[in-house]
Amino acid sequence: MNMSVYLRRYWQLYMLLILPVAYFLIFKYGPMYGIIIAFKDFNFFQGINGSEWIGLDAFKEVFAMADFYKTLRNTLMLNFLDLLVSFPAPLFIAIMLYELKTAWFKKISQTILYIPHFISWVIIGGIVYQVFGTQSGMVNNFITSLGFEAIPFLTDKNDWLITYLIVGVWQSAGWGTIIYLAALTGINRELFEAADVDGAGRLRKIWSITLPSLKPTIVTLLIINVGNMIAIGFERPYIIGNTAVRDYSDVLSTFVYRIGIESGQYTLATVVGLFQAVVGLVFVLGANYLSKKLADQSII
Amino acid sequence: MRDQQASRSFDIVNTIAILIFVLLCLAPFLHIISISLSSTRSIMSGEVSLFPVEMNWDAYSKVFSDQSMIRSLGFTIILTVLFTIMCMVMTIAAAYPLAKTKLKGRKLVMFIIIITMFFSGGLIPEYMLVRNLGLLDSMWALMLPGLISPFYMIILITFFQNIPDSLEESAEIDGSTYLRTLVSIIVPLSLPVIATLSLFYGVGRWNGFTDTLMYITSPEMYPLQLKLYQLVQNNMVSELLVMEGATGQAKLQPESLKAASVIFATVPIMIVYPWLQRYFVSGVMLGAVKG
Repeated sequence: MNMSVYLRRYWQLYMLLILPVAYFLIFKYGPMYGIIIAFKDFNFFQGINGSEWIGLDAFKEVFAMADFYKTLRNTLMLNFLDLLVSFPAPLFIAIMLYELKTAWFKKISQTILYIPHFISWVIIGGIVYQVFGTQSGMVNNFITSLGFEAIPFLTDKNDWLITYLIVGVWQSAGWGTIIYLAALTGINRELFEAADVDGAGRLRKIWSITLPSLKPTIVTLLIINVGNMIAIGFERPYIIGNTAVRDYSDVLSTFVYRIGIESGQYTLATVVGLFQAVVGLVFVLGANYLSKKLADQSII
Repeated sequence: MRDQQASRSFDIVNTIAILIFVLLCLAPFLHIISISLSSTRSIMSGEVSLFPVEMNWDAYSKVFSDQSMIRSLGFTIILTVLFTIMCMVMTIAAAYPLAKTKLKGRKLVMFIIIITMFFSGGLIPEYMLVRNLGLLDSMWALMLPGLISPFYMIILITFFQNIPDSLEESAEIDGSTYLRTLVSIIVPLSLPVIATLSLFYGVGRWNGFTDTLMYITSPEMYPLQLKLYQLVQNNMVSELLVMEGATGQAKLQPESLKAASVIFATVPIMIVYPWLQRYFVSGVMLGAVKG
């Protein structure tokens, strides 16, 4: 087929692609061009092109900032702890849901367990405050009614860390089960029947049939999580955090927002963002490479 | 016999454990609802946990009589509906051609799109772009930058590719153009996925906060989450400051009012959610296969 015949046949498909491609070029590649702000002494009056080149001066400045290292440490720390606590939770819950025999109870439980995923961080922040507050929070009311001293869940940095992790589990554990449950529907029921004949108990079947069948999913999700170690959402630490616990709650994304949008140091903030994006890319590709080698699983 | 008994006790323990998880999931909501319906006195004395004490609807009548709150709700509904429709139109427009593996240039376009899943300009360059386009403090700033999620697009592509070719071919023989086939055959067949992705886009917009914080400055343009943040969170920070001995400047809102506002912003999602829930499990499964 020559070109003009080809286009006459397929022109509608290409027409459909025009707006989406324009969207990606403008709103995704446009900001990539904007990264050159990191190498310029940017100010609004001169614009991106008019501002003066400063080479790597801004990088030197950022790498000399104590706050940069603190937020980098916090990002890695919060993500690592979150991986330890939030990663296994959906796996356990999914297996327990899978073992439930009463269909209606299973369905209702799932529906309810998914709900927190659909709640905004602003609302979760409001709820956290009401549940974990020192003076009239539900948890502390309970603790003090038992005669213990109230725990400053929101104002002491170590206690805040616990709050941050609990909230993470609460928000994501139920939703995380979906992908495991999807994988579980693929198990061949005959395996369980064969195990019954061999006299295997319930736990034995979970250990020898259910868990192994989830292994590829677990490995893939683990890789994705490790690959995202340096990426961190803005809303969760920003909203659950507060000035009293900034030592722990200040992460790369809130740091970028603070020095960039709030203080107007656009060049420095862009440098931090670029650092995060590049290191993040290396993490993701590295995790993918390792998983291909070790587990024969890959995401890309 | 002993095996059966062991299996039964496993079932009982398992059911109870799930029940506990479910209750842990619900408890914070019950608490917030109770707070919103209780008297200030009983909240302050710590009597309220999972059930309202000295029940009254004052907080709700205050929320509903607050003009700025109602305007904020109206704005957010319009924003969410418009955004979701635009997202779906754009995502379908991208996914349908890209589902055709034989289309020339398909690989290039996919490459351009996939790259954006792994690398982005970052917060500041994105802010700069929105600012340079003159979109600050407008509804467009909250809609245009997020029109297509590559991940959802891939889910839709996978779904389109699973529709039997014969359906399209027979339409083609009948003289249907690609556009017509898309509108009258493909889209109706894809309603479950379209519903799922609409829920995801819609909830994302409804819950979106970061971009509203960056792009919206005039209070009459505040979407619900930003409004709520001002009400609940700024208050919380100033209360913490009060606790630490500093003087808070903001007027402290009563707990019940904050709780009622939180419920006010949650209810719309809770209304839509059960309708769409049955769809999204299959949607996520589709994504898991190739995503």
